[in-house]
Amino acid sequence: MVEQKKLIVSHAPFWHSGSRVTERNYHTIFAALPAVLLGFYYYGMPAVGVLCLSVATAILWELIINLVSRRPITIGDGNAALIGLLFGMLLPATMPWWAVITGTFIAIVIGKQIFGGIGSNAFNPVALAVAIMMVSWKDLFDFDSMLLNYDLEFATVYPIAAAKYFGAQGVISFNLWDLFMGRQIGGIGTTFGLGLFVGGVYLILRGFIRWEISLSFLAGVYITAFIFHLFDPIRFISPAYHLLTGYTIIGAFFLATEDSSSPVNVIPMLIYGAAGGIMTVLIRNTGAYVDGVILAILVINLIHPLLDKIRPKALGKVV
Amino acid sequence: MPALFRVGDKVNTGQKISLFADDPAYVIATATGRISSISPFTGDFGKSYLAVTISLAGNEILDNEFETVVQNPTLEGAIDFLSYAPGKPQLSLFSDAQHEIKTIVINGVDSDLLVGTNQYIVKSKLNKLKSGIQLLKTITGIENIVMTVAGESLQGYGHLGAEVKTVDTAYPSALPRLIMKNALGQIVPAGQSCEDLGVCFFSAEAIAAMGTAFDSGRIPITKIITLIRKDGSQNLIEATIGTPIEDIFATHRITVNEKDRIIFGGPMRGLAVYSLEHPVQPDTDAIMVLDQSQAAYASDYPCINCGECVRTCPANIQVNLLVRFLEAGQYEEAADYYDLYSCVECGLCSFVCVSKIPIFQYIKLGKYELERAKTSEGTNG
Repeated sequence: MVEQKKLIVSHAPFWHSGSRVTERNYHTIFAALPAVLLGFYYYGMPAVGVLCLSVATAILWELIINLVSRRPITIGDGNAALIGLLFGMLLPATMPWWAVITGTFIAIVIGKQIFGGIGSNAFNPVALAVAIMMVSWKDLFDFDSMLLNYDLEFATVYPIAAAKYFGAQGVISFNLWDLFMGRQIGGIGTTFGLGLFVGGVYLILRGFIRWEISLSFLAGVYITAFIFHLFDPIRFISPAYHLLTGYTIIGAFFLATEDSSSPVNVIPMLIYGAAGGIMTVLIRNTGAYVDGVILAILVINLIHPLLDKIRPKALGKVV
Repeated sequence: MPALFRVGDKVNTGQKISLFADDPAYVIATATGRISSISPFTGDFGKSYLAVTISLAGNEILDNEFETVVQNPTLEGAIDFLSYAPGKPQLSLFSDAQHEIKTIVINGVDSDLLVGTNQYIVKSKLNKLKSGIQLLKTITGIENIVMTVAGESLQGYGHLGAEVKTVDTAYPSALPRLIMKNALGQIVPAGQSCEDLGVCFFSAEAIAAMGTAFDSGRIPITKIITLIRKDGSQNLIEATIGTPIEDIFATHRITVNEKDRIIFGGPMRGLAVYSLEHPVQPDTDAIMVLDQSQAAYASDYPCINCGECVRTCPANIQVNLLVRFLEAGQYEEAADYYDLYSCVECGLCSFVCVSKIPIFQYIKLGKYELERAKTSEGTNG
């Protein structure tokens, strides 16, 4: 009998665009690096320590869950590392080690893995972890007292907190360009507006995040803050300050855009982003918390499945 | 029931071979010789075929049974002899009581990437197309014939006797449901076929083959095929229907290695075959050889909800939700709430999927399983 060559049979299509989950995660990590590096520059080794611990423990928690639940090891896809990195970026450089480990536990185990792993989480794991930490240990997220011992070349006053307690008077000493260039205190990787912005634009151009969400989020913040400012310019700071302080920019480009917890259709994405922006300013200006980004993102995560019901009619759909 | 043909019987080129007297299925012998084997083989989704192998005799004898039909063209005659002509014209649709066909679309644009077979026919065999269209009008009595051509220009088709429309060359515009929408302005409701709306599709090659058959009195037995090599380069070749692909590869010096993929059709919608002995079929518009290293593989990674599939879907299906139901085997929900039947089967969702989920395969499987459930309900209940 003639020897037959064995062919592989598979289903169409036989080509693939080549995109991969790993690629998305590593590129997002790459895009976040400029902001992280400026944080390292200002806060030195403690910041490096917090961030390394955050990334390392996030990967470790994922590995442990993989092993315990006897599922394929998924730490190679970079998602755990990304969650660890983003979580670390939101923290003050002096965060105690146990709080970092607890935070990554919440993000990876409660935020992501108990829902079934990547793609199944209803909430952004990072936002969920920060929210729980913020409620549980309020003082750890009081940037003014956490960063008290730093002697930096700019005022060590957390601008968004100053705005909350002192109104427009509180931020009068900051100029917008300094804020954009990261000359303000805050989370390790949240203060460098330019770096985050460049990273975000890179991700948008590469197609890893959607401009609809980021833009409408920023627009939501700006317009809502503008309206508040219009009514009471002494109590409420001008909208540009809202854009450049707190977690706004990292929220718009890195948190609200998380794949699993954000919508995919155009109109829902616009509503989702805008709702996040509006909620952010509402919480900042009228709520009990200093910064509203994290809670606003959890709220829009919650309404995302509902929003995605607004969808174009499928071809030939009979209603 | 006794078989009409057995192993060892002599057949002539162009002779109609049907195995049983009552069976409408037949093939046209494309060579002269003796039948050396009749063996079954299985295709996609459990379809089974019978392969008739002819060992070639030295001299070719042409069969002339078809000439009687040429004298007096009728639909029955065409169905009897041309249903498996190159391009596989679905002539039996016209005698099907379920559908009343009012419009015939001749697709001069190939429906997959890299394939150029029908574009070539439109460019090179206009006269045959014209006689084919005339013939089609005579035997079916349908005057409303639309031909689609690629690109912008409508010049040079005035004498064809068909209304010519252009189709965007960008994939997947040449798929029947999208032609219906964009060229004919009719939207096929989900769950219905183009035939349900009275429109049927023929490939340009099928019409040209019918024209050739009636002009020359011989059923054409060769087929134009786009041969796509491993490096992506394409050749148009002409091969006799029934030629094992092995022979084509030998002639064109294509080496096939273990674990390579051989695809009948193009890269987006083709069907992989498992044997080098697979014959060229009447509707094989392209044969593609894909190196093991180039072929896309699927993974069992979960959907990360990135939305690429939703944005690329030409039918506006919420693929990210649909695939969750299909993965769970909930085909009825997928069809009822998530537009399974709106799918035009272009494969773009699988192409762009970041998690490499075999979405297209899930969709085909879903449709197949629903169809199977429906038929078994029909027979059992």
